Amino acid sequence: MIFEGTAHKYGRDVDTDVIIPARYLNTHDPDELAAHCMEDIDGDFISRVRPGDIIVAEENFGCGSSREQAPVAIKAAGVSCVVATSFARIFYRNAINIGLPILVCPEAARETESGDLLRVDLEKGEVVNLTKSKSYQADRFPEFMQEIVAAGGLMNHVKKRKQSGGANA
Amino acid sequence: MTITEKILARACGKDEVRPGDFVNARLDLALANDITAPLAIKEFEAAGIEKVWDPKKVVLVCDHFVPNKDIKSAEQAKLVRDFARRQGLANFFDVGRMGIEHVILPEKGLVVSGDVVIGADSHTCTYGALGAFATGVGSTDLAAGMATGEVWLRVPETIRFNFEGEPGRFVTGKDYILYVIGMIGVDGALYEAMEFGGEAIRSLSMDGRFTICNMAIEAGGKSGIVEPDEATAEYCRGRALREPVMMKSDDGARYARVIDIDVSTIEPQVAKPHLPSNTVPASALADLKIDQVVIGSCTNGRIEDLRMAAEVLRGRKVHPDVRTLVFPGSQQVYKQAMKEGLIDVFIDAEVAVSTPTCGPCLGGHMGILAAGERCVSTTNRNFVGRMGHTESEVYLAGPYVAAATAIAGRVAVPEEVTA
Repeated sequence: MIFEGTAHKYGRDVDTDVIIPARYLNTHDPDELAAHCMEDIDGDFISRVRPGDIIVAEENFGCGSSREQAPVAIKAAGVSCVVATSFARIFYRNAINIGLPILVCPEAARETESGDLLRVDLEKGEVVNLTKSKSYQADRFPEFMQEIVAAGGLMNHVKKRKQSGGANA
Repeated sequence: MTITEKILARACGKDEVRPGDFVNARLDLALANDITAPLAIKEFEAAGIEKVWDPKKVVLVCDHFVPNKDIKSAEQAKLVRDFARRQGLANFFDVGRMGIEHVILPEKGLVVSGDVVIGADSHTCTYGALGAFATGVGSTDLAAGMATGEVWLRVPETIRFNFEGEPGRFVTGKDYILYVIGMIGVDGALYEAMEFGGEAIRSLSMDGRFTICNMAIEAGGKSGIVEPDEATAEYCRGRALREPVMMKSDDGARYARVIDIDVSTIEPQVAKPHLPSNTVPASALADLKIDQVVIGSCTNGRIEDLRMAAEVLRGRKVHPDVRTLVFPGSQQVYKQAMKEGLIDVFIDAEVAVSTPTCGPCLGGHMGILAAGERCVSTTNRNFVGRMGHTESEVYLAGPYVAAATAIAGRVAVPEEVTA
């Protein structure tokens, strides 16, 4: 899968409260959540973001609350993937589980600026900054997680394992 | 092996596991609340799964936006209520019987030493205080757990924290953990288990230990844990619904890091906006005017916390410009506080006492802040907009500092208002 889009750059410790404030957690509808995505850190985000755009951030993206509504809101806002120096662990799991592509790529995260045009090749784990003509190699997912991604998310993976008798059914 | 490695090895039927291994661990409990369960239920049902793996081991608690705060919240809570009834869940807790999830699960003996627990709530790490492995997950992980009774985990490295020395008069578990987060940062323990030990931990009550493990996530930790001892055994006696399995780290256990802390040097701490790692001694903020004080939450809503607050508030009144709110963490905590006369102390001090709810901690309801307002809170997060307007501010502290602040109308330590 290859994505091309404009970067929206943030700093470190972007928490899930600013990705989707709790006052909007009285719904789990993806489109309603998307309408408030990044509202408390970047009020204009939702009016600027275009389908395929890429969020780039520094360390510890998605820290704080376990709310899966955070990656759901990002995905429903049309964001194709998130590139960061590092991710908080619950956000990392949630993104993989719901099929929001994420890449750990410290160099790309550090050097990218808002407005840069990026191309991401998910299979190769390659991030290319077309504006700056630079390419970067992201970390590969551990094999165990690649299985989940290949199955199309965690629930499909579970269904497959239940069918083959692999889990306590 | 560390205690964390031993618990995970046992849960996946192996003699040994090492950090970095991927394991499928058997679950002893899977938890969700009224905010995270609706998404989990949607995923569970969309996958065509009819029955949860064990109706005694799936626990649902309506605690965040209940008593229903608005129509949408009511609709979401109803989804959870209907699912719980349809599935015949033995442990479904709703208004009147509920408390804050991480207060009531240990209190009711649903989590015991040696357990593996996942919860669709980041503060699930609280149960590590019992010597269990407990970690927060998202709704889809929880849905998979409800379906299979298993969770995939990467065995974490462990950081060992040794707390030694004699703490000051008003220094609590909250001050220990805020101090640690200030030291290592909000991603200082990313993906790692935080093992808390040493004489100063062994001499802490279970309530103090719950507070410490509760905030492991604020350092990015996967879990927090305290090795079980006599205090743990005493806590489990008479309430544990299963036989606790008490494990300890081996003498030769491998740690990613060992950090020694002398608690005699720790002053009461406050974490300034907008990160829990932004800590300073409370005494450094003495001129900061405060509009609201919140005492409660899964971090500090237990009986010992209310006793500390009442100790400072007894016979005094809160500052006329400060709205002070107390949230007992459970019905049992509420009742015990009544028995001990703590509720009288609060009401006489002109403090509002509420039914248990997570409400204000996450800016849900019952204590939302306006632009420019400041709150000292015994909760666990002070992110931008966490408790209301993005231009409001949350300062995290323990119950002693919170109560003293309520009286002084500015950040204060107990000595200043009780002298």
